[in-house]
Amino acid sequence: MRKGRFGEYGGQYIPEILMSAVQELEDAYEYYKNDPQFNKELDGLLRNYAGRPSLLYFARKMTLDLGGAKIYLKREDLNHTGSHKINNVLGQALLARKMGKTRLIAETGAGQHGVATATAAALMNMECEIFMGKEDTERQALNVFRMELLGAKVHPVTSGTMTLKDAVNETLREWTRRISDTHYAMGSVMGPHPFPTIVRDFQKIISKEIKEQMLEAEGRLPDAVIACVGGGSNAMGAFYEFINDSSVRLIGCEAAGLGVDNPKNAATIANGTVGIFHGMKSLFCQDEYGQIAPVYSISAGLDYPGIGPEHAQLFETGRAQYVPVTDSEAVEAFEYLSKTEGIIPAIESAHAVAYARKLAPQMGRDKIIVVNISGRGDKDVAAIARYRGVDIHE
Amino acid sequence: MSRIKDAFSDGKAFVTFITGGDPDIETTERLILAMAEEGASLIEIGIPFSDPVAEGPVIQAADERALAAGCTTDKLLDMVKSVSQRTDVPLLFMTYLNPIFTYGREKFIKRCAECGIAGIIVPDMPFEEKGELSGLCEENGVDLISMIAPTSDSRAVMIAREARGFLYCVSSLGVTGMRSEIGMEIGRLLVKVREVTDIPCAIGFGISTPEQAAKMSAISDGVIVGSAIVNIVAEHGKDCEPYVREYVRSMKSAVK
Repeated sequence: MRKGRFGEYGGQYIPEILMSAVQELEDAYEYYKNDPQFNKELDGLLRNYAGRPSLLYFARKMTLDLGGAKIYLKREDLNHTGSHKINNVLGQALLARKMGKTRLIAETGAGQHGVATATAAALMNMECEIFMGKEDTERQALNVFRMELLGAKVHPVTSGTMTLKDAVNETLREWTRRISDTHYAMGSVMGPHPFPTIVRDFQKIISKEIKEQMLEAEGRLPDAVIACVGGGSNAMGAFYEFINDSSVRLIGCEAAGLGVDNPKNAATIANGTVGIFHGMKSLFCQDEYGQIAPVYSISAGLDYPGIGPEHAQLFETGRAQYVPVTDSEAVEAFEYLSKTEGIIPAIESAHAVAYARKLAPQMGRDKIIVVNISGRGDKDVAAIARYRGVDIHE
Repeated sequence: MSRIKDAFSDGKAFVTFITGGDPDIETTERLILAMAEEGASLIEIGIPFSDPVAEGPVIQAADERALAAGCTTDKLLDMVKSVSQRTDVPLLFMTYLNPIFTYGREKFIKRCAECGIAGIIVPDMPFEEKGELSGLCEENGVDLISMIAPTSDSRAVMIAREARGFLYCVSSLGVTGMRSEIGMEIGRLLVKVREVTDIPCAIGFGISTPEQAAKMSAISDGVIVGSAIVNIVAEHGKDCEPYVREYVRSMKSAVK
């Protein structure tokens, strides 16, 4: 296998001007990933700052209500800053500091990665600038203020569709302007090598913990692990340690927006074709001339026209399956989990909850499903109210 | 001998760039002939892309205008096929890898050759990934242009040794677009490159004034100007030809 490849997917398709930066990052990561001191520091941050390990919670009421497989929720929403994003950001910020970088830049969709990056920057005395599509700064106004409160500068991106893909474009452009003191803290398992590998490695703690916690609770592995997929970092984290356990079904839930047959969707696996964009060969929603399609989802965090290269490989080999979930199914699941378990999930994670509601009744009561609740839903409350026609002011 | 390399044999080269299909294909065709008449040594035609990550705001906006006006890869190829028979100035395509990959790599490079395209520039395909196109380009006699940047350091020599046509030297950090000042760091890299190869070296990114063109051409074999021309097209739309002519003439005389 060529370096940084997952089958034919992955690679390093970026302007020459950034090549030395990604190679410097790769060299540093190869060194520090095996450095006991680095790992001790990161482990300390994850335990004492992020609050790991996160709980694996048995959702008794949901299980009884659906009448099929037992459902466990992996509570990444309980992490500091409210999502799985902190796992990756603490790793990358620590790595960047070891590399002598003093400034973090990052893209964000829903704002969770931006908040996590701003948080890590505050903790580690680093400068921080976040790029966020203008449409998303409006959908997620609270997170914009949260980032500013943490000391970050937020740049609304007005190019293209003004959403996550444009935020990635602009962060890449900013990196070419200022490289020597700056680390691009990529938020998902995407972009040029080594980012898909680094982000996966910092997120795989999710599946490592699920495995340990499940063995302790049930004495066996789960039958299915379900996670939402945009770029795919929480799903990659939840899947990784189970890839070689063939009895465990791995299911990624894509944002189907208004439906996979409606142009307003972001279901890359369902509708995408092979392309090369944002540094990687993977699957993308695009037209016959390779123009990247304007995608749509109610969830700003899943509103992305591509998917990480390792997911493209897991799909191609059939090891994981990917299913579309619509806006309306996700909103219903958002409300369902809130009322049934008293847990308000992020609208992104609600896509995974929605599929669990379909799957659990089809499985026997002796089966076990784990749903990754990648983030908490506080940030989405106003948007869900708007969706339901309720006029509330934040 | 490459037609592109030839373009550097008669003094220093002035390379111009416009976004294809901005504001429409007919204007692009007229501008190609006009710039050739005014002394452009090579002409780059951008195939617009929805997400041009190496471009600043001026060329991003041009790509958006061209796509909104209905420009496609096929329409540009058809136009180039016709216009390349009416000028001797070598024409190049500049575009991102995805439009080429999705069109079909082999089909694209073959059509480029048929239509008289002398070379292609793909800014998101670095040395390590050039295998995507280099074999096809060799087979079809299309020069695949390599780029170096001020951050290339030890990579510059490796890249230059395998370069075809000319070596595109990015003047400074950042994306395309006019800059008030351009440092001399790329000049130091060119000295190293010249020790190992005689490939012509042209400097681009940020150059817009005759003074900058004179300064950069003094340390290289030519200069590349894009955003400044695209800006004139943005300002004057379909009536831009006389303004572009005047600008190209003034810049050409500064490149010595």
